[in-house]
Amino acid sequence: MSVTEDKLAERRALRGAAQQKLLAFASLIVLVIGFSLASPNFFQVSNIMAILQAASVNGVLAVGVTLIIITGGIDLSIGTLMTFCAVMTGVVLTWLGMPLILGVVASIATGALCGLISGTFVAKMKIPPFIATLGMMLILKGLSLIVTGTKPIYFNDTPGFTLISQGSLIGAIFPAFPVPNGVLILFLVAGVTAWILSRTVLGRYTFALGSNEEAVRLSGVNTDAWKMAIYALAGGIVGIAGLLIASRLNSAQPALGLGYELEAIAAVVIGGTSLSGGRGTILGTLIGALIMSVLTNGLRVLSVAPEWQTVVTGAIIIIAVYADQLRRRAAS
Amino acid sequence: MGLAMPELVRMEGIDKHFPGVHALKSVSFDLRAGEVHALMGENGAGKSTLMKCLSGVYQPDGGRILIDGAEVSLPSPKAAQDLGIGIIHQELALMADLNVAQNIWIGREPRLTFGRIDERRQNADAAAIFQGMNVAMDPRAPVSSLTIARQQMVEIAKALSYRSRVLIMDEPTAALNDSEIAELFTIIRKLRAEGVGIIYISHKMDEIKRISDRVTVMRDGAYVGTVEAAETPISRIISMMVGRELSDETVTVPDLSAAETALEVRHLSRGRELKDISFALKKGEVLGFAGLMGAGRTELARAIFGAEPPDHGEIIVHGQHVTIRTPSDAVAAGIGYLSEDRKHYGLALGMDVRANIALASMERYTDRLGRIDEPRLRDIARDYIASLKIRTPHDRQEVRLLSGGNQQKVVIAKWLLRDCDILIFDEPTRGIDVGAKAEIYRLLGDLAAEGKAIIVISSELPEILRLSHRIAVMCEGRLTGILPGGAGQEEIMALATEREGMTVQ
Repeated sequence: MSVTEDKLAERRALRGAAQQKLLAFASLIVLVIGFSLASPNFFQVSNIMAILQAASVNGVLAVGVTLIIITGGIDLSIGTLMTFCAVMTGVVLTWLGMPLILGVVASIATGALCGLISGTFVAKMKIPPFIATLGMMLILKGLSLIVTGTKPIYFNDTPGFTLISQGSLIGAIFPAFPVPNGVLILFLVAGVTAWILSRTVLGRYTFALGSNEEAVRLSGVNTDAWKMAIYALAGGIVGIAGLLIASRLNSAQPALGLGYELEAIAAVVIGGTSLSGGRGTILGTLIGALIMSVLTNGLRVLSVAPEWQTVVTGAIIIIAVYADQLRRRAAS
Repeated sequence: MGLAMPELVRMEGIDKHFPGVHALKSVSFDLRAGEVHALMGENGAGKSTLMKCLSGVYQPDGGRILIDGAEVSLPSPKAAQDLGIGIIHQELALMADLNVAQNIWIGREPRLTFGRIDERRQNADAAAIFQGMNVAMDPRAPVSSLTIARQQMVEIAKALSYRSRVLIMDEPTAALNDSEIAELFTIIRKLRAEGVGIIYISHKMDEIKRISDRVTVMRDGAYVGTVEAAETPISRIISMMVGRELSDETVTVPDLSAAETALEVRHLSRGRELKDISFALKKGEVLGFAGLMGAGRTELARAIFGAEPPDHGEIIVHGQHVTIRTPSDAVAAGIGYLSEDRKHYGLALGMDVRANIALASMERYTDRLGRIDEPRLRDIARDYIASLKIRTPHDRQEVRLLSGGNQQKVVIAKWLLRDCDILIFDEPTRGIDVGAKAEIYRLLGDLAAEGKAIIVISSELPEILRLSHRIAVMCEGRLTGILPGGAGQEEIMALATEREGMTVQ
């Protein structure tokens, strides 16, 4: 086999994964074009920024849970963990009056620690991920309410806290593109995570665990430790989502959080990541989160009642996964 | 027997194309009532494709299929079933949590009013089928409680429940021990006497001689020939399969008196599975482990490898005591284990050749940030693909698309890259076709000649005799003896059946 043939064959092998993303991306474009034609208010810079901003929290959560889903697991605790991270930030900044940077550290560290705990349940205690994280979901929801005494913590005493999400670093440099920081953070988190998945050992083991955990263990890899590390990394990313939502609301709302995990998992699924593990991409998840955000926004611009928006989102999830099934069947 | 019996199936000039592959090239095949017709050929020869055409899974592009002399079309598996063609797949497709009768009648449950299932009739009908097979089986037993052999009988009963007159069996004995095989053959002979035509796919030559009336051989998607089983020597069948005569190579035992001891196991025990096992293995030596199914050989391998750590005992590697509680301890000590079940325990099937070769050594090819050195891994993967002659279009091919022999080589490459110098091969050629087997044997010999210490576990005595410098024999969790290479089969069988408290002279 000549070198060029070799390259061609290699490219063919990689094309399947690309097609999966292409399909999701094409749907996104079709949605954007459709809404733009339906309403002149849709394709405006301010509205596009609103769509991106709305996608940032769900997007970051979805990127985190993508890691866990690729290992063949699931994390139902990310929604209430996000809230718990926001609450811990409130404790550090508002109650203890510490500087902003420590609030940031507190949120990410809380997320990573809780992720590590979930990971320990799953890896060491062999509790199925669904059950372990269901338990964590309820524990964290309760803890948020206990710590705060069920009342929100406001960040009025911390100047600049709202800028984490609302400010615009890019807008300060290029006034024509007032991209909110929340969106910038989403793309940064997605970029770094995609890099980790494709270029590092941690990423390789993430896919390998989802592909065949026992074979990885019998290759002498300490699968338990790596799995815990992956859950911890995902938790840290959830901590970033906690900062974003706290900054957007200028408060830590202890009752919030439930339901966010399902939205995030929906974005992952729309993005073509397999719930059975071993396959998935961050780019797909990012597109999935954007599709959900475009849909919500577009339907609102068209004055569709909010209750119908939920119905449409549900239908989109089913259509997206069915389309992916059809593509797979055609490929094999 | 033979010509007097009516012809059940005739396939003429069957052609089948897949994108880029001419899978069946004008293949012909026929089956008579009351015969066992073996279908043989290396993996990829087209046996399964041909059978899928007969069972309605694939539609042939050309040729015709006649049942009872009338041309039929088989657009779906259901259509084939209705014509009395039943297939028993190599990987059993039973629902473990349902009981035996529920599995047999799934989708065709006898109904009562309001959609209730007539469990009593279902059980009685299932019992009647088993009675016809001369098999004692409780229709209410959950399938998960049955051994693989008993599950297979449920599959056969299920196929018979469709009033199948043609039964296709794809490697039915792959997971059975000798007594279970004997029982299966009794059932097959009974069905044959009742006029059922059986198409029997297997790689095991001795079985073909024992059970089949005629043998059809395929190679590279083409029909090679059909011979009478009783009159044809095995070597002739093999040469039809591979297109050449295989020489019966025997092992030459090298002089290892000066060789250093690589691995020593002392008084290893675990539960009732392993009882006080001690042996030593030298560098450059191939130590074969023979024994019947359930003798504890795989358990011993997994204990040494830390997959299921032993309760007691010492393991000494290159003169150093080592503690092995997990596979990563074993790998750190330079021990690699190649499981009999590559798909579950050896490979990440959905990942590519390069990633699988690197799976055990990933951490060595990463920098402080955890970045993987892909160009380096690509070069390494290509080196192994060349040196082990792994047949793959490129190093990014998913390993699930490789043949069994090439998958095995990928696992070998994984351990070689990890510098493992003690390699434990558990059934190294299971599911691998004849031509690739010889290649794996050569590779094992080369590895030993390079100074690797090798343990080979095999249930096929010819394989043990062909490879081993010494032969350890186990029975019921005990090591009953170690014989020199080239020992007689009778000696080995005597040790393999030596029960506790008995002695062999």
